[in-house]
Amino acid sequence: MGINYLYQEYEVSRNMDRCINCRVCERQCANEVHSFDKDKNIMRSDDVNCVNCHRCVALCPTRALKIVKTDHTFKENANWRGSIINEIYKQAESGAVLLSSMGNPNNYPVYFDKILLNASQVTNPSIDPLREPMETKVFLGSKPKSIQRDKDGRLINNLSCGIELSVPIMFSAMSYGSISYNAHESLARAAKEAGILYNTGEGGLHKDFYQYGSNTIVQVASGRFGVYKDYLEAGAAIEIKMGQGAKPGIGGHLPGAKIVGDISKTRMVPEGSDAISPAPHHDIYSIEDLRQLVYSLKETTNYKKPVIVKIAAVHNVAAIASGIARSGADIIAIDGFRGGTGAAPTRIRDNVGIPIELALASVDQRLRDEGIRDNVSIVVGGSIRNSSDIVKAIALGADCVYIGTAALLALGCHLCRSCQTGKCNWGIATQSPELVKRLNPDIGFKRLVNLVGAWEHEIKEMMGGMGINSIESLKGNRLMLRGVGLSEKELQILGIKHAGE
Amino acid sequence: MKRVYVNEQWCLGCHLCEYYCAFANSNETDMVKALKDIVIHPRIQIEQKDNISFAVSCRHCEEPLCVKGCITGALSINEGVISVDQNKCIGCFTCILCCPYGAISAGDESIIQKCELCTNNKHGSPHCVKGCPNNAIVFEER
Repeated sequence: MGINYLYQEYEVSRNMDRCINCRVCERQCANEVHSFDKDKNIMRSDDVNCVNCHRCVALCPTRALKIVKTDHTFKENANWRGSIINEIYKQAESGAVLLSSMGNPNNYPVYFDKILLNASQVTNPSIDPLREPMETKVFLGSKPKSIQRDKDGRLINNLSCGIELSVPIMFSAMSYGSISYNAHESLARAAKEAGILYNTGEGGLHKDFYQYGSNTIVQVASGRFGVYKDYLEAGAAIEIKMGQGAKPGIGGHLPGAKIVGDISKTRMVPEGSDAISPAPHHDIYSIEDLRQLVYSLKETTNYKKPVIVKIAAVHNVAAIASGIARSGADIIAIDGFRGGTGAAPTRIRDNVGIPIELALASVDQRLRDEGIRDNVSIVVGGSIRNSSDIVKAIALGADCVYIGTAALLALGCHLCRSCQTGKCNWGIATQSPELVKRLNPDIGFKRLVNLVGAWEHEIKEMMGGMGINSIESLKGNRLMLRGVGLSEKELQILGIKHAGE
Repeated sequence: MKRVYVNEQWCLGCHLCEYYCAFANSNETDMVKALKDIVIHPRIQIEQKDNISFAVSCRHCEEPLCVKGCITGALSINEGVISVDQNKCIGCFTCILCCPYGAISAGDESIIQKCELCTNNKHGSPHCVKGCPNNAIVFEER
């Protein structure tokens, strides 16, 4: 067995005065932390396996449990922090690349938290959304450059196909395989109920979910899993995934162990074989190549579906977006470096990409400068945490946002960042049937609808405060934003003034 | 009439319903005080084998065999709820033998006990349903 270099990160703290030995903690922990000692008639815990997912804490009927961070420590060192030392121990043991999941947790600046919103006082009236109409509906897609009329002067409808959303929110791409059937069903039903769209991710579309097609974005990624004509025609839009915020420049790998049953069928991958998404699309090495794929997808679907191109926010994102806006794509989706994932190499997740706020501001400005902003709509994701992040993103120039992590949180995710183990105690990032059933879509979809509805109310409140009654008037309205504690350069990139200016 | 129905598909076998039942029928206000250091005998019980589990409690049958079999009239139907009059019960346990679901048992403090949909305690509506984390048991009209 050798020497165990690692000490557990978390400790289960059980209040023995409150524990009634109901054993729900034991029954609900897939990591087998809890056990019942029959001889002593008490519950015990083996903290080594605890991932801090709070399943036991949330289900304990007497609130006898809490999870605490261990105070076991190395000799303090600002450079060689405990987490860094432990990673070296792990790699010295395994010889493997470190894997992580969900978004970059490191202490990089969150620009949304350094931007403040405006409100009306005296000289311009604010609007009460409970008493006056307030429009949050958005249309995504390329906008016509001119108004055309027929010989009698009537307007000719020259709108290209697009997406209509009741609120500027969509559920971002999470594949069937990375998340469970029940999680997918929850997202699909919630999208339909809330009048928005969810995204299949690159795992194909389960036959049960074709009925939600008008609320579905079908994704075409580098692995092309599950892509065929009916799939493309099933959705309301098609997304070409070039990159993902959590792991720009990196492909995906769903282990063969997870390619079973319906997942194998849906992905169109033989059971037991690994589903590997290459890092690049092997047929796309230029904007011209991308244009070919955009138009082959449009051709396949009779020019009835808008095409989204999703990229990760990287250093030269503005130039890339400019190319995409000329490629025939209708919508650009940009994913910031805090975006979530079911599994990514830790070093990539924590060190690659740029903040979505800066990427969005520079892309919007670049497209405006080049006079091609109306060619495309911009959707941003990568840690949109609440409705004020949405309002700020729209004022920075976005048309709509993608939420992934927030949606999973609504479904019960506690951000324990252990998706890669496949033992999600909340039934989200797992394919194990006894774990999957823990997420009842009847409950899950309602919680998602609640979240979107609550955010809609808040968006209206904030817009009303600014004296704006339509989300269209907020779009790119950077005068509604002020920065706090930001440098001249940061303000310049964000295109906003400092508070007090 | 509203009854407790089982959605077997969503039962996790967590047994919380049993503990909420035992608590509801303890007449204590604090769950810890009610259930600490005791072995519970709940009116709802989880049946479990391998990956299949579901909760079983009184179905409140429209033609209940327990009521039919009761020799003293201690069991009766009141607005659809089958309830026990402990003053009339003589402890012959015919009802326990009659019930095809095994939903009646000998009581801790009473002679027999069965689910009365929490109409006989201060909760008023089934506490097991409120405690179920996954809608595996629901209280509804069908």
